[in-house]
Amino acid sequence: MAQLTNAFEATGLRAKPGLMERIDLPRRVVFLAAASMIAIVALLLAFIFWQGIQLFVKDGQPIGAIFDSTWNPLADTPEFGILPFILGTLVVTAGALLISTPLSVGVALFLSEVAPNWAKSVVQPALEIFVGIPSVVWGWLGITVLVPWLSDTFPNKIAISMPLVGQVFSMPGFLTGFSWLAGSLVLSIMVLPTITSVSYDAFRAVPQELRTGSLALGTTRWQTIRHLLIPSALSGVLTAVVLGMTRAAGEALAVQMVIGNSPTLPAAITQPVTTLTSQITLDMGNTVFGEPWQDALWTMSLVLLIISVSSVVLVRLINKRRIGQ
Amino acid sequence: MPATAVYPEPLLRRVEVAAPVAAAAGEAVTQTGDVKIATEHVSISYSEKVAVRDVSLTVQPRSILALIGPSGSGKSTFLRCFNRMNDLIPGASVKGEVCLDGENVMDPQVSVVELRRRVGMVFQRPNPFPMSIYENVAYGPRRRGQNDRRKLDELVETSLKRAALWDEVKDDLRRKSGLALSGGQQQRLCIARVLATDPDVILMDEPASALDPVSTLRIEELMRELREAYTIVIVTHNMQQAARVSDVTAFFTMAEDRAGYLVEVGPTGQIFTRPTERLTEDYISGRFG
Repeated sequence: MAQLTNAFEATGLRAKPGLMERIDLPRRVVFLAAASMIAIVALLLAFIFWQGIQLFVKDGQPIGAIFDSTWNPLADTPEFGILPFILGTLVVTAGALLISTPLSVGVALFLSEVAPNWAKSVVQPALEIFVGIPSVVWGWLGITVLVPWLSDTFPNKIAISMPLVGQVFSMPGFLTGFSWLAGSLVLSIMVLPTITSVSYDAFRAVPQELRTGSLALGTTRWQTIRHLLIPSALSGVLTAVVLGMTRAAGEALAVQMVIGNSPTLPAAITQPVTTLTSQITLDMGNTVFGEPWQDALWTMSLVLLIISVSSVVLVRLINKRRIGQ
Repeated sequence: MPATAVYPEPLLRRVEVAAPVAAAAGEAVTQTGDVKIATEHVSISYSEKVAVRDVSLTVQPRSILALIGPSGSGKSTFLRCFNRMNDLIPGASVKGEVCLDGENVMDPQVSVVELRRRVGMVFQRPNPFPMSIYENVAYGPRRRGQNDRRKLDELVETSLKRAALWDEVKDDLRRKSGLALSGGQQQRLCIARVLATDPDVILMDEPASALDPVSTLRIEELMRELREAYTIVIVTHNMQQAARVSDVTAFFTMAEDRAGYLVEVGPTGQIFTRPTERLTEDYISGRFG
């Protein structure tokens, strides 16, 4: 054995693999591409994290101060309570998902299970066009069509009364039309293609044999969809909803145009609210680098980042469960 | 008969299925006798292409009919017209009559859902649902509105016992996914799933072709047991399997225009030892196909 090794060394054969590696250019190029992507993400995360904690480190605000409901950066003792924005983001996103999910899953089921080919060839391009419409267009449509319509149609107090019990629910009407609901409606249209296409893929991923197996047992097409297809594709559909959620929480422009931007805690769907993204875009032009106000905006970016990172983690967990089942 | 029919004339001969005993004695069984399924001049086409041409045969209750023949001879397509699975294929059309207990199942008035409950089907590749073993078996009864927990428990147990799977899975019925079973176990689960819907007829489309030899033997044993209570029609590529399990064998082949047709049908023993047709003999003895 030792002799063999020595023989190799003597002939210089061992050096050759090293030489081959040095001229392996394509491998280096793709490695560099991957490495730079990871580096960019890492630097970005580090930068936002560093900027995001300045409000606490440099400006001496206690961490708890951001979970206050008063936002008053210009006062003599400025207050940086960003709770209205966090809650605003959460409720506007939740509203959008509530409207969008049933619709999107319905469209996905229609496309994958019911639609004849000609209908698919109409709906699929329509969805792609949806994705391509810039968010400013949706926002503008919201301002010119949706907002006036809401304030014209429901200007008065909305109340539901039941016999015997009396009034069970009431909320103020749309004063201006700029509102939580307007934001959710605009967002729901914007996330529709995302949720639809990802859940469509989840339904298509259910093997055809399962459908025929179910139908051969004497079940109707609807029973097969309800009891076999939806449970089988559930984790994929959940992934779709989480992706839609990330998209909705991150959208700034269109939301900012229709929600009224009032830094108050969300109270009713008819009232103006504001979100993290819309507040950042509104305020950032008015701030100076390094002042506490801008640091507070960075903290808001950090919170947004935490929301989207946790949804990515959530998607991973859901998919892990799917593989494990 | 369409003018395009180019296959040899003698092959058009229609052969009635005879009971094994009666056939041994050389007696023909008439249509009015004990018949579970009867097909009359069944032709199946996909769009323009004819896949199966003019097949007429009968199946007796509590017997196993094996459909054999080379690939493309239309045996699976023919099998699927018994529970109208061809309805699911766009462009497929079936002509002729398929009678189950004297009732034409091709009639548009017939409820396909009810038909498929009475005529169950086991597929070539085991296709358990991604849910627990228990839920797999309870799937059919539940969809028919059976929600009584005790009755479902009972049904799941008897179905799994009949499918010879109970002893292997009884300890984690509800915890273990149907997908976690071995291939042979999965196929027996699929059989149990069909039995739970209480069918009269079970169709099997090459049920053992994706399984190992030991699992195959178990499925074959199971078929012999099930024959006591059910009428079974099986498609198989494996001639030994047809010879081992079936009572009656039907041999299909392709005409020159690639349409499948029935060459001859008769008691399995006769088909494998002294077939009437030259084509059957060639196929059985491995000279073609």
